[in-house]
Amino acid sequence: MLRRKRWLFAMLAILPTLAIFAWVRMYPIAETLRLSLHKWDILSKNKPFIGLGNFQELMGDRLFHEALLNTTIIAFGVLIITIPTAMILAAMIHYRTRSRASGFYETAIFLPHVVSLVPAAMAWKWIFDARLGPLNAFLGMFGIEPQAWLFDPTLSVISVIVLCSWQALGYAVLIYLVGFKSLPVSLYEAAKLDGASGPQSFWFLSIPMLKPITLYVSVVTLVSGFNVYAQAFVLASDAQGAPGRQVRVLVLDMLENSFRNYRVGYAASEAVVLLVIVLVLTLIQFSLLRERGRS
Amino acid sequence: MSSNRSTESGKRRRFRRMLVDRSIDVVLLTFSLLMLLPLVFLVSNGFKTPQEMLAWPPTVIPANPTIDNFAAVLTQTPLLRWILNSILFAVMSTIAILATSSIAGYILAKFRYRSLNIIFALVLATAIVPFEVYMIPLYFQAQSLGILNSIWALLLGYLVMSFGIFLIRQNVIHSIPDELLEAARIDGAGELWIFFRIVLPLLRGALGALGVLAFFQAWTAFAWPMIVATNREAYTIEVGLALFQTGFTVDLGRLSAASALVLVPSITLFVILRRNFVQGVASTGLKE
Repeated sequence: MLRRKRWLFAMLAILPTLAIFAWVRMYPIAETLRLSLHKWDILSKNKPFIGLGNFQELMGDRLFHEALLNTTIIAFGVLIITIPTAMILAAMIHYRTRSRASGFYETAIFLPHVVSLVPAAMAWKWIFDARLGPLNAFLGMFGIEPQAWLFDPTLSVISVIVLCSWQALGYAVLIYLVGFKSLPVSLYEAAKLDGASGPQSFWFLSIPMLKPITLYVSVVTLVSGFNVYAQAFVLASDAQGAPGRQVRVLVLDMLENSFRNYRVGYAASEAVVLLVIVLVLTLIQFSLLRERGRS
Repeated sequence: MSSNRSTESGKRRRFRRMLVDRSIDVVLLTFSLLMLLPLVFLVSNGFKTPQEMLAWPPTVIPANPTIDNFAAVLTQTPLLRWILNSILFAVMSTIAILATSSIAGYILAKFRYRSLNIIFALVLATAIVPFEVYMIPLYFQAQSLGILNSIWALLLGYLVMSFGIFLIRQNVIHSIPDELLEAARIDGAGELWIFFRIVLPLLRGALGALGVLAFFQAWTAFAWPMIVATNREAYTIEVGLALFQTGFTVDLGRLSAASALVLVPSITLFVILRRNFVQGVASTGLKE
């Protein structure tokens, strides 16, 4: 009797959350998968099943290729900048934990991660601005010609990478700090007795022991890199002022196909590509972790 | 003689250590200031005249500050309306996420039925799917409900948070012993009473961290508000600002003023809630 009552309570209590979850998560995810196999332009009533037709078309779509390439470059660019910088910064902050300024360092480096994307991107829009921006003025002191940072195809991708790294860094540092705090102190003391210098114990102790954290932060950074949208939207307007056109990214291309070209099924297939990328990255993370656990 | 030498080397070692400490401090301080510099300039640019925007080196404190930019932004755009929309959306989303996460997290932690395991597996599996993947079908759901361009549409995308459910579940497992709940049951307490009077108070810390996380998540949301709010009055501040800058002329002074109006309160809020926030974000790294 009592057992039955408890079961009933558990089911009734979880039901609302489960219903919401099914309604705003599971259903739309399933719908994305289903739509990707259908041809649907918003206006027509019927959505014919076309199998992998959308994906076949994606293979030859130049705009999609451009978006995929840009997004990949941005994601890996941010990764390459963020991970080593974050690790070194976290090591230094951890080393100075007892100093009164460590709270300030942490806050200052973390702040760009929490401020809203768009206002922060505005700050960088000014920095990179070809005419008004301090970056060109600064480079001018060394005799470097002013560059059109936000309009040149290569430089604008670099600008987006810089902005994204500036924002991603704080999160990575924070997670690394948690990692550093969990490392056994005794090991470092032993290394010190054996005559290891600070940089040596960083290289031979910290880096190998923080590998699971590095793996985790890398995957998070890559996944959020593949979802980049706001940064490119604000920073990279093209010459006509159309936002985000200069650096075409996956999410932008997807939204354009859906809401400008009214090709929802096609956009859904792009979303599925994004999902596959994220799944592969996550699987790589788990398999590397498991490998480590076994050895 | 020998003791003399050892103090000598001890002194040298201490001196070296101090030198290392100071140089690390210098590096960290420089880096921290560099990270803050774009935000500092953003605020100060808001107060500058167009002439001063061009100055090199850029001034941190404007020579002759003006509030023209702020006045222009506030009269030309419904900026306050956008801020209000954002606050309303963020607060409602926070409440929804706290409610759903605390109940579901508690049930999934303390009740052991096979059906609950399946539910938990589903929550975990969908946690890694980025919002961008399923936002287009979700848009059509909002459309068929007829709630586009309203707070409800914004809220639809931010009612639940997989990570929140997970976080609360972990917290319940670690901080609430089964014996405590059993004792209450033996004393005749009802399940609802137990949840509200025993479980929730013990979760205060975790709920605080999750709440701050949820608030900032909604406050900084971009892609979803961008597609469901197409009416100028319905924009959130992020969307409003982003579309404001796409006009024909990009006036960086006004943009900076508008951005500063948004940044200053959110940075203040962050500094006040720093501890909660850091705790919440740090716990995202402890998934394993």
